[in-house]
Amino acid sequence: MDIHEYQAKEILSNFGVTIPRGGIVYSPETAENKAREIGGSKWVVKAQIHSGARGKAGGIIICNSPLEVAQATDKLLGKKLVTNQTGPEGKIVNRIYIEEATDIEKELYLGLVFDRSSESIMVVASTEGGMSVEEIAKDKPESIIRSKIEVAVGIQNFQARELAFGLGIEPELIRRASETIIGCAKAFSELDATMVEVNPLVISKQKQILALDCKMSFDNNAMFRRDKVSELRDKTQEDEKEVFASDRGLNYVSLEGNIGNIINGAGLAMASMDMIKLAGGEPANFLDVGGGATPEKIVKAFRLITMDKKVKVILVNIFAGINRCDWVAEGIVQALEKIEIKVPLVIRLAGTNVEKGNKILQNSKLNYIEANTLEDAANKAVAALK
Amino acid sequence: MAVVIQKDTKILIQGFTGKMGTFHADEMIKYGSNVVGGVTPGKGGQKHLDRPVFNTVKDAVKHTGATASILFVPPAFAADSAMEAADAGIKTCVAIVDGIPSHDMIRIKRYMRRYSRKEKMTLVGPNCAGIISPGKSMLGIMPGHIYKEGRVGIISRSGTLGYEAAQQLKNLNIGVSTSVGIGGDPINGSSFRDIIEKFETDDETDVILMIGEIGGPQEVAAGEFAKDNMKKPVVGYIAGLTAPKGRVMGHAGAIVSAYGESAVEKVELLKECGLTISKNPSVMGETVKEVLSKK
Repeated sequence: MDIHEYQAKEILSNFGVTIPRGGIVYSPETAENKAREIGGSKWVVKAQIHSGARGKAGGIIICNSPLEVAQATDKLLGKKLVTNQTGPEGKIVNRIYIEEATDIEKELYLGLVFDRSSESIMVVASTEGGMSVEEIAKDKPESIIRSKIEVAVGIQNFQARELAFGLGIEPELIRRASETIIGCAKAFSELDATMVEVNPLVISKQKQILALDCKMSFDNNAMFRRDKVSELRDKTQEDEKEVFASDRGLNYVSLEGNIGNIINGAGLAMASMDMIKLAGGEPANFLDVGGGATPEKIVKAFRLITMDKKVKVILVNIFAGINRCDWVAEGIVQALEKIEIKVPLVIRLAGTNVEKGNKILQNSKLNYIEANTLEDAANKAVAALK
Repeated sequence: MAVVIQKDTKILIQGFTGKMGTFHADEMIKYGSNVVGGVTPGKGGQKHLDRPVFNTVKDAVKHTGATASILFVPPAFAADSAMEAADAGIKTCVAIVDGIPSHDMIRIKRYMRRYSRKEKMTLVGPNCAGIISPGKSMLGIMPGHIYKEGRVGIISRSGTLGYEAAQQLKNLNIGVSTSVGIGGDPINGSSFRDIIEKFETDDETDVILMIGEIGGPQEVAAGEFAKDNMKKPVVGYIAGLTAPKGRVMGHAGAIVSAYGESAVEKVELLKECGLTISKNPSVMGETVKEVLSKK
């Protein structure tokens, strides 16, 4: 789960990281007052969307008066911002963060992620802040320093100090820099984060160490014990169909193609999509209805897929194990009594009682195309497009 | 000797009396697995499925001599149960449950470092289908009847894709020595490399089918291990050609976040390691057959 910049900043500030003064607004009128309340003579108006690279998309505006702050807010609110991370449809701006402008002396990069090789938390830092970590890795790999946190004991002072010295930070600021790094590491561990990124982490002309932009992501599997974090979810930043799916316990990812998929198991779903691609088609979605493929889940899955206007063919691929194909087939027949399908439907059943399952489908009033293997299913789905 | 579990391996069910535990324990018993009892704290002394229920894993081990366990406990309590198994002397523990926080998985693995190599438990999963040695024992939730007895070792992150492979093999009249589902999470108890190593020394396995997917370094790590240390052929398949970068594809661990984690890149890296790649998921069985015919 992702959260907004301002939310990440608030979290990190509770862990001892210094952030510029700022506040969140939802309207131009309040923006002007908020700017006065923050004080100073220069402000940054920042569109809050779940994406980086907002600056290049026009989502960050520097203002020299409270009036300009109001105008910039007006311009951004309600707009859809398209960045290189949002996809062509962009993301809607419903919240604006107003922040005092910072006199930047130096921009640094600080990131924390799970390292799957060492199964620990990895701190990644670089003197080349402001660029994405991918760009840094490509253009200035020598600037990257890393430190592994042993999760059982947490980050140690010496590790933070080594990183701070490694970033070339001057001696009188080392303590503050270390505290900042430790704060981020603690937030990561204590809140079940999967990613914390401060980019840039800046040293101001006034010799403050400030988190200028922050991103945090959290482990969805841990939200049961993170009430406060899960309240920060902003569904307006997620695909509508993906929200519908997650509210109903379905694993769904919206994609660009036109063949809709209903499959049980994440691996089999990915494999079926591979077959569609190899057959010359493009999947409209990833959808895993769960290993069991219960009739209730199948009904929900058909509802979801029929919401997607791009879908021109639906492919159902169920491998019935402990459950049986005859039971799955009955579920499909029942589902399609409730939901009308206007596009060709390809169904492939495999596993336990496959003959019985296919018989049930054949004897129903269902208009569908029967497939036997994964390859057969993908070929028939692509052929049905024409 | 099959890898990981044997015909007579004594099995405990953790979370025995719950709905999931009951259903799958029953399936395992019907398959012929040697289920000797189970654990549900607070229900010790009762009988369930004609087998004794214990309050703690230690009690259960003491009275039954069990060496393997399978967890059917909710994600919030799974880490605790896995550590309890490790401390009670269980040698093989399968965690079926989907939804264990990554921080908890790391905690379990660090905890297990307190045991010497000889005493250490093999944890398989979480978010997996478990282990089956066809005709011998099943410590998992798979449909046992789709597995024919034979000499192919299967390792898969995905449950249903592992079933698909077993079915394809069966249709070609090829059987399986052992199939191990290592699970779809980013941090898991046993890696591809851990299991592939066991298959190399298994005298009942001739060829290994490794079914991977996008995300993480494990397939390539196993490939490199195979290149340097293995004589048995390894067939690979990587699911997720169409997965966009940065999106989680159902399994928490199926996300491309760095170089070498996409399907195309993994396939390239595995080819360099000398693996035979199944060109699509519909021919996993046929690819294994070809490799077997060349042996």
